[in-house]
Amino acid sequence: MAKVLMKGNEAIGAAGIKAGCKYFFGYPITPQNELPEFMSKELPKVDGVFVQAESEVAAINMIYGGAGTGERVMTSSSSPGIALKQEGISYIAGAELPCVIVNISRGGPGLGGIQPSQADYFQSTRGGGNGDYRLPVYAPASIQEAVDLVIEAFDVADYYRNPVMVIGDGMIGQMMEPVEFNEPEKKRELPVKDWATTGTEGKRKPNIINSLALDPAELEKHNIKLQAKYDEMEEKEVRYEAYKLEEAEVVLVAYGMTSRIVKNAMDILEKEGIKTGLIRPITLWPFPNKAFNEIPDTAKALLSVEMSMGQMIDDVKIANNGKLPVEFYGRAGGMIPTPEEIVNKVKEILGGGK
Amino acid sequence: MATEKIIMAGFGGQGVMSMGQLLTYSGMLENKHVSWLPSYGPEMRGGTANCSVIVSDNLIGSPIITDDATTALVMNLPSLVKFENNIKSGGKLLINSSLIEKKAERDDVDAYYVPANEIANEIGNSRVANMVMLGAYLELTKLVSVDSVIEAFKKVYGAGKEHLIPLNKDALERGATAVRG
Amino acid sequence: MAVVFKKTEGLTDKQFHYCPGCTHGIIHRLVGEVLEELEVVGKAIGVAPVGCSVLAYDYFNCDMHEAAHGRAPAVATGIKRILPDNVVFTYQGDGDLASIGTAEIIHAAHRAEKFTTIFVNNAIYGMTGGQMAPTTLIGQKSTTSQAGRDAATTGMPLRMSEMFATIDGAVFVERVSVHDVAHIRKAKKAIKKAFEVQLEGKGFGIVEVLSTCPTNWGIAPVESLTWLKENMIPYYPLGNFRTPEEGK
Repeated sequence: MAKVLMKGNEAIGAAGIKAGCKYFFGYPITPQNELPEFMSKELPKVDGVFVQAESEVAAINMIYGGAGTGERVMTSSSSPGIALKQEGISYIAGAELPCVIVNISRGGPGLGGIQPSQADYFQSTRGGGNGDYRLPVYAPASIQEAVDLVIEAFDVADYYRNPVMVIGDGMIGQMMEPVEFNEPEKKRELPVKDWATTGTEGKRKPNIINSLALDPAELEKHNIKLQAKYDEMEEKEVRYEAYKLEEAEVVLVAYGMTSRIVKNAMDILEKEGIKTGLIRPITLWPFPNKAFNEIPDTAKALLSVEMSMGQMIDDVKIANNGKLPVEFYGRAGGMIPTPEEIVNKVKEILGGGK
Repeated sequence: MATEKIIMAGFGGQGVMSMGQLLTYSGMLENKHVSWLPSYGPEMRGGTANCSVIVSDNLIGSPIITDDATTALVMNLPSLVKFENNIKSGGKLLINSSLIEKKAERDDVDAYYVPANEIANEIGNSRVANMVMLGAYLELTKLVSVDSVIEAFKKVYGAGKEHLIPLNKDALERGATAVRG
Repeated sequence: MAVVFKKTEGLTDKQFHYCPGCTHGIIHRLVGEVLEELEVVGKAIGVAPVGCSVLAYDYFNCDMHEAAHGRAPAVATGIKRILPDNVVFTYQGDGDLASIGTAEIIHAAHRAEKFTTIFVNNAIYGMTGGQMAPTTLIGQKSTTSQAGRDAATTGMPLRMSEMFATIDGAVFVERVSVHDVAHIRKAKKAIKKAFEVQLEGKGFGIVEVLSTCPTNWGIAPVESLTWLKENMIPYYPLGNFRTPEEGK
């Protein structure tokens, strides 16, 4: 299929439709508005439904109900709106339903700002909702990757019966790049949704979708079952890019748009004879711990670069397991690190001048 | 051309976003690597609007242009003030002299003064001032062909706007003439 | 031997957990009977609330979806929009519907969502142990209004049906009671009508059922029925507020 130039938010919506999602429940918030707008225009054309909910809380609970029917459903929001959705996300994880949630994130805390940010790392990977649950979190670094990951996210959600999040900063939502909508590669045999609430038609026992278990022993059993699923995700669903790690003196760790700025910084450093490498987590959860085994002996330090005051760095430290010094460079509030700032930080780590 | 990094800026309604999109789309049609990154937020609604366009033979890293723009196209005074210093040495600065009386302050960039609004009015529609500016830019850099821009116009705006193609083509040509030495 | 009484097919065999004298059981049965009489048990998808009827998913003999506190109308919206030919209902208490879930129920009505809500109003939070609800009467004692509800600091009890009657999308709104047999019969009629309105695709329907809570009211079951009649009905007048003929 030919390439088309699309805004990230619209491309993500188109990817959802391509994946067979016909039902979208959303609420306006900048900088993700083009996504629900696109869905409101396009879904009726595929015999689907768009509902603008009265709040993010309602939208995620519509997703909870909709996912229960076994159909593919999707919602999107931005940081403070995702905070409101956490209740529903916890229920969806607890009741084991598939859905895709998109976060086009912005600066916080509180109302924060509307410019790009990666300060939702904790919110996404540590669960803003209650209870022991996990969800795969994909962090695309280009619009093409966003499209591919959204399509795959629906399969992952169905396979594990679990909510899946796709997170991009405001730039991913707002920028335009060429994209192709390729036929998705079939990687998983998806289970039949015999648990869906579609009416018994008098032919089977009622299906009950539920996250309540008042008996502690029963709830523990449920938690153990969920954990086995999360363990399988950690084993099978880790995605990352290892870039120019050979002979790297400093290995940078960055995801999403920040990783592209880091690559520009690496080009500058390379011209000056400084070898650096990049580990780019594509799944923020499960975090690519195994990527850190590829770090060569030449590495003197790790540098986590984020559009936050330092959140992913916690996972970098866990993955590093005390082997190398872990440094940090970040900008916050919608400020975007420049390649030069990153270059200076690398030089500082290597003992060079500023 | 290795990598062209263009900042386009003006006030809302001057068509800087669509000018950027057309250039980006044209680059894509010529199989180049492209990205278009807008400013977004309150300034979209009436204030200063700008977008960053990168067209390159190579894979594009960050779509953000900081102080390494190869060209800035400024349609109003606040844009000149804001972006003049984002152009790298040896770069180009295209100034809409219909609305900006001020001259470029830097002497290490090549400044071009294009009376975009006057030209647009002459050919009958002030709304194509952006296309006049784009025509001037393409004449200077030959980044993409005028044909590609027209092709992009058809794809972006669809059949319903095809009657506007002659006007836009005229605007591109008049812009080119304005900077042809 | 002739069958003179049979449990409705709309309910499972699971034994209710409700307290002695609580009228949830009666209301469950009315809903079950209506589903059976309309021959929609196999098409029905119920949404259970949080509150005393949180376990309703075990009692209704149809597909059931357990919602978060107050969110049942949003969950039902998701279901009904995807499965418009199914029969979808929520069963919610007053803490759930009139407090934490006010936004969800009002906007489901406002969008004219084509599902049915059974709203059980017993003027108190039951499941959590008898706290004050928005519907608690003035002077009524609860664990968070131990001297009796005071209008000056907690407002006046919220009349939900009257509010729904102002929303165009709520095409069927009726308040009923289950404190005696005659009223139980009327309640069933209203519930049936509300489901019929859904089947006809006319809009949102809600039946507010005044109900008892002997345990948390601290009143014996039989006296509770009298208390409901003498205290709740004067403040929450029974009757139909909206039918599809007058409001669409």
